[in-house]
Amino acid sequence: MTKKVSRRTFIQGSATAGVVVAGSSSVILNTKESWALSTETLSADTAQSLLVMARHLYPHDFLGDQYYAEIVSGLDEQAKNDSAIAEKLENGVKDLSKVIEGDRTYHLAFKDQSSGLQLENLNRIDGDDFFETVRGATLNGLYGNPRVAAMFGFEGSSVEHGGYINRGFDDIGWLPK
Amino acid sequence: MAKTFDKNDDSVVVIVGSGAGGGTLGNELAQKGVNVVCLEAGKRFTLDDIENDWNTMFGRLSWLDARKGTGDLLAGLPLWVCKTVGGTTVHWAGASLRFKEHEFKAKSAYGNIADANLLDWPLDLHEMERFYSMAEDKMGTTGTHGIPRLPGNNNFQVMEYGANALGYKECHTGNMSINSEPRDGRPGCHQIGFCMAGCAIGAKWSILYTEIPKAEATGHFELRPESMVLKINHGKDGKATGVVYVDADGNTQEQKARVVAIAGNAVETPRLLLNSESSMFPDGMANSSGQVGKNFMRHTTATVYATMPGAVYWDRGTQMAGIIMDEVHNNPNRGFVGGYYMQTLPGFGLAWYSGNVGGMSKDSPGKWGRNYTREVVENYRNMAGMWLVGEDMPQEKNGVTLHESEKDQHGLAVPIVNFEDHANDVAMRNHAFIAGSNVYQAGGSKKQYQLGPFPSTHNMGTCRMSKNARDGVCNSTGATHDVPNVFISDGSQFTTGAACNPTLTIVSLAIRQAENMANMLSQNTI
Ligand SMILES: Cc1cc2nc3c(=O)[nH]c(=O)nc-3n(C[C@H](O)[C@H](O)[C@H](O)COP(=O)(O)OP(=O)(O)OC[C@H]3O[C@@H](n4cnc5c(N)ncnc54)[C@H](O)[C@@H]3O)c2cc1C
Ligand code: SF4
Repeated sequence: MTKKVSRRTFIQGSATAGVVVAGSSSVILNTKESWALSTETLSADTAQSLLVMARHLYPHDFLGDQYYAEIVSGLDEQAKNDSAIAEKLENGVKDLSKVIEGDRTYHLAFKDQSSGLQLENLNRIDGDDFFETVRGATLNGLYGNPRVAAMFGFEGSSVEHGGYINRGFDDIGWLPK
Repeated sequence: MAKTFDKNDDSVVVIVGSGAGGGTLGNELAQKGVNVVCLEAGKRFTLDDIENDWNTMFGRLSWLDARKGTGDLLAGLPLWVCKTVGGTTVHWAGASLRFKEHEFKAKSAYGNIADANLLDWPLDLHEMERFYSMAEDKMGTTGTHGIPRLPGNNNFQVMEYGANALGYKECHTGNMSINSEPRDGRPGCHQIGFCMAGCAIGAKWSILYTEIPKAEATGHFELRPESMVLKINHGKDGKATGVVYVDADGNTQEQKARVVAIAGNAVETPRLLLNSESSMFPDGMANSSGQVGKNFMRHTTATVYATMPGAVYWDRGTQMAGIIMDEVHNNPNRGFVGGYYMQTLPGFGLAWYSGNVGGMSKDSPGKWGRNYTREVVENYRNMAGMWLVGEDMPQEKNGVTLHESEKDQHGLAVPIVNFEDHANDVAMRNHAFIAGSNVYQAGGSKKQYQLGPFPSTHNMGTCRMSKNARDGVCNSTGATHDVPNVFISDGSQFTTGAACNPTLTIVSLAIRQAENMANMLSQNTI
């Protein structure tokens, strides 16, 4: 991922991440946490908005943005192979960038909206096809990530460690005797 | 060693499907010297292909050909079953319980239940005891034949604590076809915790690495993987003459046969009969009763997850080694007939759990957002869980039909599977939800999540046994009433479902069928 950065130009992005735009693709670079996300198909705005969306869907304060960025990277990979998905994601983010106030509707990029407004917009589209696509990808991409799952107590593959027979399958200590 | 048979050899028994029913029947016949060709739609894997990863193994092993669910079933995935050598015994959890006496006599025991198509089995527990015992020995079932029970993992200990506190009398680690110590050339369980993804060390009994290699060693058994049977052919006398199948290279073949035994699990078995229509059998083969594909049962199931006051790590260890048996009796005063069991069940990893609680439980604070992650996801390590499984009512409207226009990759009509709860099923589930939640509350849980049924894993009844030909599809040996050399050899035979997990009974019936079939063959009665 990081290798691609040198071939592209950097521009300033949101508070936490710098964004590089080269043609239709983008790189989200986080210098503080030293990771970068590059997308080939999704635009910078869409990629960043999806990252914000994924965090709103399944927020955990102790998880850095890089885990959410991996979800966006997975979605970009899908978009690359399937233009219908690319279109769905771009259009979905466009929809989230609509702000509806009474009978007035205006445009404000989803990633630049206040957190409260972002939640309102997510609730507005809750359950639609785009929403469920991103939600499904977040569930799988975040909680299916072994490094993340381990932090929650799902310890993953165990056969290579000989199972749990000597590693605490029956070590519950707190049940009253 | 493994023999091959000529496609024109019309002396062989052809078995469709290599799962619990087909694999057992095949090995039992081969041991008796009967020549068998077993056609299996799925691929053959080895223990090296079994990984501790839920998504990978689900994708590798599951039956994912097009199917439609209607009624209470998931539209895109009505069933969770396997398409692989060994069938669903590669995924299964290993719980192996016998029917109770009254469960073979559901009609007599429960009486006339409105909208239920109840019937007594044409055989009883006394008749089945010998075969149950042989099956338990074959499968190395714990708690039988002097085989010690498995040790209890953390999730079981939470269940046991609650069971004791509530005064339940029968709670232990169950009768599991998982080696508690080395047996039959397979190791004892290492408490790996991915039983239902496939047991990577073969401690769990599965047709794949028990019956199949044993059958092959006899020289009387040929397995043809990646061979999907499309149709059963018959002659002018109305007897089956062989089957048409698509082989691994995509070529259509015919295998001649003296007997055809179908064990494709409760959707594919009736589907094959329906697809074998002809001018002689316009409504499908063996369907003069009109009962082929009807009376589909899937057990009344549900799941309770509970947030406990301390860490449980429910993924550690044998997934289903834990049971409370006290609710299995028939006591209509509870508001329903039949009974149910509670069995330990973990969450299948963080991703499936985090999707399922939000998607399946009214007790969840939605499906996403801050409250959801705090309450549901971040408590993962403190969760305990159980599955509730009980007898459901056979109903004519529940079953398998063929789609009018949609076809699968073989050009066969896509099956539509319908299932709607009977009022008795709903009453039982609600009772079980409360009982299950009580178990965890007794252990200090302040929050429980009740989840409805997952895609059906226990599939039964769609070609049921009956004494009278007008009430069902096959007789007590599994031979169809209409076509004497076509047998039903899987859970489709079940007249009623009982409360217990079905596989021990499927295996016992297959052992019994092999005995009967071998006799009929040697006496030239088929
Ligand atoms: C996750 C899970 C856990 C389970 N746990 C338990 C448990 O603890 N206890 C228990 O008793 N049961 C359990 N079960 C259920 C158990 O696996 C089934 O009851 C049992 O395997 C059914 O046996 P069967 O022979 O009817 O079908 P299967 O074992 O499903 O075998 C059918 C085979 O036929 C093949 N086939 C179908 N149609 C065709 C065709 N036309 N041509 C060729 N081949 C075909 C299929 O590919 C498949 O391999 C579980 C199931 C699942 C999914
Ligand atoms: S817990 Fe036992 S049965 Fe289950 S996968 Fe592990 S070794 Fe196999």
